[in-house]
Amino acid sequence: MGVQYYNPACMKPASFDYLAPRSLEEALDYLAEHGYEAKVLAGGQSLVPAMNFRLARPAVLVDINPLSELDYLEETDHRLRIGTLVRHSTFEKPVCQGPTGRLLAMAARHVGHWPIRVRGTFGGSLAHADPAAEWCVIARLLDADLVTRSSSGGRHIPAEMFFQTVFTTALEPDELLLEARLPLLSSDTKVGFQQFSRRAGDFALAMVAVAFQIEEGKVMNPRIALGGVSDRPLRAPEAEQMIEGADPGDPSFRAAAETAAREIEAIGDIHGSASYRRDLVRALTRRAFEQAITIS
Amino acid sequence: MNYIGSSVLRIEDRPLLTGEGRFAADLSLPDQLQMRVVRSSVAHGRLVEIDTSDALALDGVEAVWTHQDVQDIPPIDFRMAWVDGLEPFRQPILAAGITRYVGEPLAVVLAEDPYLAEDAAELVYVEYEDLQPVVDPYQPEPGEAVETTLVEKGYGDLEEAFEGAAEIVEMELRVGRHTGVPMETRGAQAWYDPLRSVVEMFGAAKVPHHNRAAIASMLGLPLGSVLLREGHVGGGFGIRGELYPEDVLVCLAALRLGRPIRWIEDRKEHLLAANHSRDQVHRIRAAVDRDGWIRGVDDECWVDQGAYLRTHQVTVTELTTSLLPGPYVWPAYRSRAHVMLSNKTPCGTYRAPGRFETTFVRERLIDLISDRLEMDSVGVRRRNLIPADQMPFHREIEALGTEVTYDSGDYHLLLDRTLEFLDYEDLTAALARRRSEGEVVGLGMGFFVEKSGLGPFDGVRVTVDEAGEVVVTTGVASVGQGVETVLAQVCADTLGVEAESVRVRHGQTDEIAYGMGAFASRVTVMSGSATLLAAGQVRERALETASGMLEAAPQDLTIDRGRVFVQGSPDGPSVMLGEVAARLRPGQAEGTPGLTAEGWFEVDHMTYPYGIHCAVVRVDPESGEVTVERFVVAYEIGRAVNPKLVEGQIAGGAAQGIGGALLEDFAYDESGQPLTSSFMDYLMPTVVEVPEVEVLLCEDAPSPLNPLGVKGAGEGGITAAGAAIANAVADALGGSEEVSCLPLSPERVRRIARSLPRP
Repeated sequence: MGVQYYNPACMKPASFDYLAPRSLEEALDYLAEHGYEAKVLAGGQSLVPAMNFRLARPAVLVDINPLSELDYLEETDHRLRIGTLVRHSTFEKPVCQGPTGRLLAMAARHVGHWPIRVRGTFGGSLAHADPAAEWCVIARLLDADLVTRSSSGGRHIPAEMFFQTVFTTALEPDELLLEARLPLLSSDTKVGFQQFSRRAGDFALAMVAVAFQIEEGKVMNPRIALGGVSDRPLRAPEAEQMIEGADPGDPSFRAAAETAAREIEAIGDIHGSASYRRDLVRALTRRAFEQAITIS
Repeated sequence: MNYIGSSVLRIEDRPLLTGEGRFAADLSLPDQLQMRVVRSSVAHGRLVEIDTSDALALDGVEAVWTHQDVQDIPPIDFRMAWVDGLEPFRQPILAAGITRYVGEPLAVVLAEDPYLAEDAAELVYVEYEDLQPVVDPYQPEPGEAVETTLVEKGYGDLEEAFEGAAEIVEMELRVGRHTGVPMETRGAQAWYDPLRSVVEMFGAAKVPHHNRAAIASMLGLPLGSVLLREGHVGGGFGIRGELYPEDVLVCLAALRLGRPIRWIEDRKEHLLAANHSRDQVHRIRAAVDRDGWIRGVDDECWVDQGAYLRTHQVTVTELTTSLLPGPYVWPAYRSRAHVMLSNKTPCGTYRAPGRFETTFVRERLIDLISDRLEMDSVGVRRRNLIPADQMPFHREIEALGTEVTYDSGDYHLLLDRTLEFLDYEDLTAALARRRSEGEVVGLGMGFFVEKSGLGPFDGVRVTVDEAGEVVVTTGVASVGQGVETVLAQVCADTLGVEAESVRVRHGQTDEIAYGMGAFASRVTVMSGSATLLAAGQVRERALETASGMLEAAPQDLTIDRGRVFVQGSPDGPSVMLGEVAARLRPGQAEGTPGLTAEGWFEVDHMTYPYGIHCAVVRVDPESGEVTVERFVVAYEIGRAVNPKLVEGQIAGGAAQGIGGALLEDFAYDESGQPLTSSFMDYLMPTVVEVPEVEVLLCEDAPSPLNPLGVKGAGEGGITAAGAAIANAVADALGGSEEVSCLPLSPERVRRIARSLPRP
């Protein structure tokens, strides 16, 4: 016996209240008041389709778009501070000098399609925590410091702790992601970003971001982050460890790629099985390293 | 002026380009109710209870119906039927006791606004008893799946062919589940007009006259009490415009509730509810001689029809089994097709039904034969093509109630022209060079014979009014393919007027008594010919009448840009067609009043255009990604009324074909849940994935079956796309036999590539 509890073809949202706060404090008050019932509306590029399919049914939408004070980019103290409302398309041209800006630009062009990029926001993407989101992978790669605020105070959450599983973060229901802080990588850092999707603009089946330095001819401080293959963005610690101190070049890149492909626990879906995703990680990791030494 | 053969700009584009289009959703009526369909969320279940009381209790909900409320309405009947006794498999308009696919209509909600209707639809309480779903009916355990019928076609002595063969080549091939996805989803709006006591439905497409008759019959109304109207239609591709449950339900609700009813399909709904297509498995064997001559082919196939037999009944299977041999002689042939039911969305025809599938099967087989015999695949094709001197070629098979007789063609000539267009020698040399440099690239070809111009009739009325305006009224429909322009071109040339001054009216059942509709690449063939006949009669009448006005013999007169004058004397005395029409007022005219005539064109046989698709692909063996670098379509059309429109049809078809070859597939899990019911997962090709389609349009073999010599152009852009791309991928991967399944998703290609020795 079974009971039908949903209509398989929904494309109009269930009813909800819409709140447009005029200040950050007001927004935080709303979140405190409505808790789990509320969702923050930033760019809406994931939330609104989910609501139309009735997969998300928030009773209250708190629209932070009017809060232009959340749309800023600042460089202070070797960090790039990204306000939560900065739109994806802002990053298509480097927003700062050096590898951090370059890496963000490499990833930005893969974010959805143009209409999505001009509307969707950096902070919204992190808070949504799609495991195939470019910004989540970059945040994980660079150990972003995620700054949050609620009506009862603020805190800093490291990216490693922030992403918990699919669409799930460490954010409390009354908490707003305010800012992401990325390190301004030193100018000698090499960066690469590679992803594979079925069509241009689709969610990636796998993506790989790398950053490393070369000191005295050896790979130093390697970072490898993977997206689209698991329930959250991952680092590949064994692969990082194995390439640390190695001679940069095809053999070490291949070995690191092989290790990354082996160490991850990939998840499959209709567009690609787990073993296929491992194949992609292998190819993309090597290519990301090649890209990094070729162009940076 | 010669309009026929010139790329006249589309006369129907102005309202579309200026935002004045009138699509199904562009009509809103005062006091209307919105209809929302409650669809099944399980693939197979016995309906224990449907409780509508919570939904009905919502303020603004006018009615909620289940099967009980519509049990006097019969299931949707077959529009085309080729096998007797299949009536039990027809679909009811609301599920009767058992639901058989996710998306099946269980109930409808009629409410004041669409959001409310969707809220109410959620409150309809449905209790099921789960039944075992059938998801893959190809090799079912006995008792699990339903085989509705076996369609068998063939000729020749197969046993003899296989006994004497030097080689037997065998293959199993599979084509995924695709559908045409028009940009505009379906929609239907109905209202009762007490003035004329008719129920009108706006949103008809493809076959308005047939659907009018079907709706009238289902609702127990006289034919004259139902009127169907076609607005602008944003794409059809075979799936749109067939009679679906929603069309009947809006008419019934309009009659019962006395208010206009509006139903606009959502995209997700469309992907669950509108016809799917393809979804075939073939096991095919060929008996071949050492020199590449194919002695005979034996095919067994399974066609997954989904949960019900819809309006097409077994049309796709008919076409599959009768047209599989394509352009080749094949002295002996047999196909046995199992028409299977499953717990998936029901299927119908989609652009090149049966031909997309069988061209893939046949042309992969040809390449495999070539590999086995270590022969060039172009040579094997050339060896087996039907020679031009055997035209017309009788296949000794029937399709859709007509004998399969290829009316005209020179297949070898088209092959030669294609190779020349490709610069074949240079192209293959360049690919060999790239391969030696480590690239994984390949060239693939698919030769196909299309069918078009399905009869048995279509008619057109041409009328010139006293202002000189020419109106062509036809019973065919326009799904956006350029009907208006093409019929205006034919009318303008025949009558002697400017094409821009011709208005074409279509898809309105109260304007002309009969119409077959827009499918099977038939409109230009059938209505084009009917227009030629009707406009010819109007011209004759005009010349006769003007003869008295100009005091000259009719045979000495001519008509140019609407002016009648003595041939050779354009500056002499003349009358305009409007003046001629005025002379034919009642009381003044001899014979029937009015400058008007109907032309009816009838045929017994289809006309068979043909073509070749060629693809150049690059494969990334590490990811399995296939990039189509070049896509060439050579197409023999007999005569192109409007070459630019033909090229557009071909390019659009090719884009869909590339989608079917690489991206599109309706996937289901083992419980019958659809996994690809939005554009996030059902992957349509975009401008990035589709290269510029290069078209070689040939007019070497006009059809002897119609006065224009035309063959249809609607489907040839898609037919061999799967074949050509699969052959190209196989070529790139060293002739792999494992390239046997569409779409060639990157994972599939990767799996094949990883099993190959590394270069």
